[in-house]
Amino acid sequence: MLQFKNLIKASLRSILKNRMRSLLTSLGIIIGVSAVIVMVAIGEGSQARIEQQIASLGTNLIVVFPGVSRAGGVSRGAGSFNRFTLDDVKKLEQETTLLNGVSAVVRAGGQIIGGGNNWSTQVYGVSEDYLAIRNWTLERGENFTERDLRARKKVAILGKTVANELFPDQDPVGEKIRINKVPFKVIGVLKEKGQSAFGTDQDDLVLAPATTVLYRLKGGRFINYINASAVSLERMDEANEEIRRVLREAHRLEEGDDDTFTIRNQSEITEAASETSRVMTLLLGSIAAVSLLVGGIGIMNIMLVSVTERTREIGIRMSVGARSSDVLAQFLSEAVVLSLSGGILGIVFALSISLFLNRFTELYTLVRPGIVLLSFLFSGAVGVFFGFYPARKAAALNPIDALRYE
Amino acid sequence: MQPVIETRALTKTYQVGDFPVHALRGVDLTVHRGEMVAIMGASGSGKSTLMNLLGCLDKPTSGDYFLDGQNVNDLSRNEYADVRNQRIGFVFQTFNLLPRTSALENVELPLFYDRRRRIPNPRQAAIAALERVGLGDRLDHEPNQLSGGQQQRVAIARALVNQPSIILADEPTGNLDSRTSVDVLTVFQELNEQGITIILVTHEPDIARYAKRIVRLRDGLVVEDKPVRRRRDARKDLAAQGVL
Repeated sequence: MLQFKNLIKASLRSILKNRMRSLLTSLGIIIGVSAVIVMVAIGEGSQARIEQQIASLGTNLIVVFPGVSRAGGVSRGAGSFNRFTLDDVKKLEQETTLLNGVSAVVRAGGQIIGGGNNWSTQVYGVSEDYLAIRNWTLERGENFTERDLRARKKVAILGKTVANELFPDQDPVGEKIRINKVPFKVIGVLKEKGQSAFGTDQDDLVLAPATTVLYRLKGGRFINYINASAVSLERMDEANEEIRRVLREAHRLEEGDDDTFTIRNQSEITEAASETSRVMTLLLGSIAAVSLLVGGIGIMNIMLVSVTERTREIGIRMSVGARSSDVLAQFLSEAVVLSLSGGILGIVFALSISLFLNRFTELYTLVRPGIVLLSFLFSGAVGVFFGFYPARKAAALNPIDALRYE
Repeated sequence: MQPVIETRALTKTYQVGDFPVHALRGVDLTVHRGEMVAIMGASGSGKSTLMNLLGCLDKPTSGDYFLDGQNVNDLSRNEYADVRNQRIGFVFQTFNLLPRTSALENVELPLFYDRRRRIPNPRQAAIAALERVGLGDRLDHEPNQLSGGQQQRVAIARALVNQPSIILADEPTGNLDSRTSVDVLTVFQELNEQGITIILVTHEPDIARYAKRIVRLRDGLVVEDKPVRRRRDARKDLAAQGVL
């Protein structure tokens, strides 16, 4: 192995002897490796963010909404539209075993007046399970109770944005507000969630008991959709089935009838979003990989020039006893050391860019050790592959001609 | 005693376009250990070709070349390289040192390629070789920091360092002024006195007279092979020049 160590040392010495040229040669690799790592990091970061966002939507969240998703643009028939009532929700609460919580969701637009300010927002009528289902915690105050729902109590929980708009300097809990002129009491404020991946402000909402919203604000019998939380991720599909069974029974659907509603769960959404993200990451990475290839071509070109320039030197080495294999090894190892050094510099550069982006921009990048290792190995492979032809040319030189070369 | 070099009917023919060029037409040459031979001839006489063959830089078209009793015709390309490494030391007209490389590293080069690692401490051997040619104080100098004569001395040290059987010098003083040439020849004569076999190729009669024997080539054949009468002493000549 002493021979190997000497070879590496000799290669490093040769490369450092001509710093500028070495730098320019490996520039293609440096840029290529950084590009690949940064692009993939951006993709991975956005994927992680989306997954995080979706995870924050709820715990094993299942959403059931009326109507059937149109498949391929063909409507499944006018009669297949069925709306939900609070009864459906009650049935689900009572007749299922695989759900941790069920909540009706009744939506209404609301003009809120309170604390001397007013604000227009969405009002969500929900049950006491809603906070748990949607992974929402209270910053202050308390949740609704079953009694509030039964009594159609006029109590409300404010989202952080609404709380800030109406009560910028005081604690909203205990204060009185009006929703569409109906008086309510604030019993809690939600913890901030921030902007969603889709650009909406998740804190711009007001929660109230579903019964209250349905009967006192909206009117009618029908709720918008149902949220539920499965007991566990593993039993998600089973829970889905349970819901289907109960709702089909409730709506008196026969064996051969299609569902008149749609069940979507959180993991499906995550999968779909991740898939898109994954494709994007792959695409970005591939484009960047092309630049890595170009870097390899750059190495080959410069090494070819280098071989020509060092023809005399090769002749000298052969005259003092270097074998063809020695010359091949010398130039090949120079190419590999160049490309690996370029790879390392590219990695360092990419990490700095990634840190910079994370610190100073909205973009979130995630660098996985796997991609770093892969890029490093790939840059080595590029060195071997593109360095081979020049090295072989060098080794094939005739010592007498080489010595005579001007 | 076995001669260091023995060639029999050594022939080399090149193909230049459509015409064959008979550079050597059958050279018989014997050189014993400790000799200092000058090979002379006009340009085109075949002396460079002979040098390349003796130095195992090239293979003859026909004929035999025995180096230390071994026929080099039987050797593979790799073995040829090993012979160049271990048994032959080259000195060229244009010095042929690695640029931007210290004298020490230049001299170490043959040891770097010695697969048999005959010399256990390469660095020490290189320093010793440089001291032997009088450059012990210039180990770190690079070729562009050395005069022509000094560069040639480095080349001689490099030729010596692996303890070869012979040193082959192809027009070693061709790029040097007359005083430096004599200077370099003192090194050759000193080494020869210590027992090293030296073969010089030159076209200058004045330089040839520092050797002990002159072999003349013309048109690829040996036309004369005589010992030198009134051999010159480089050290004396150098001292004399200093006085002038």
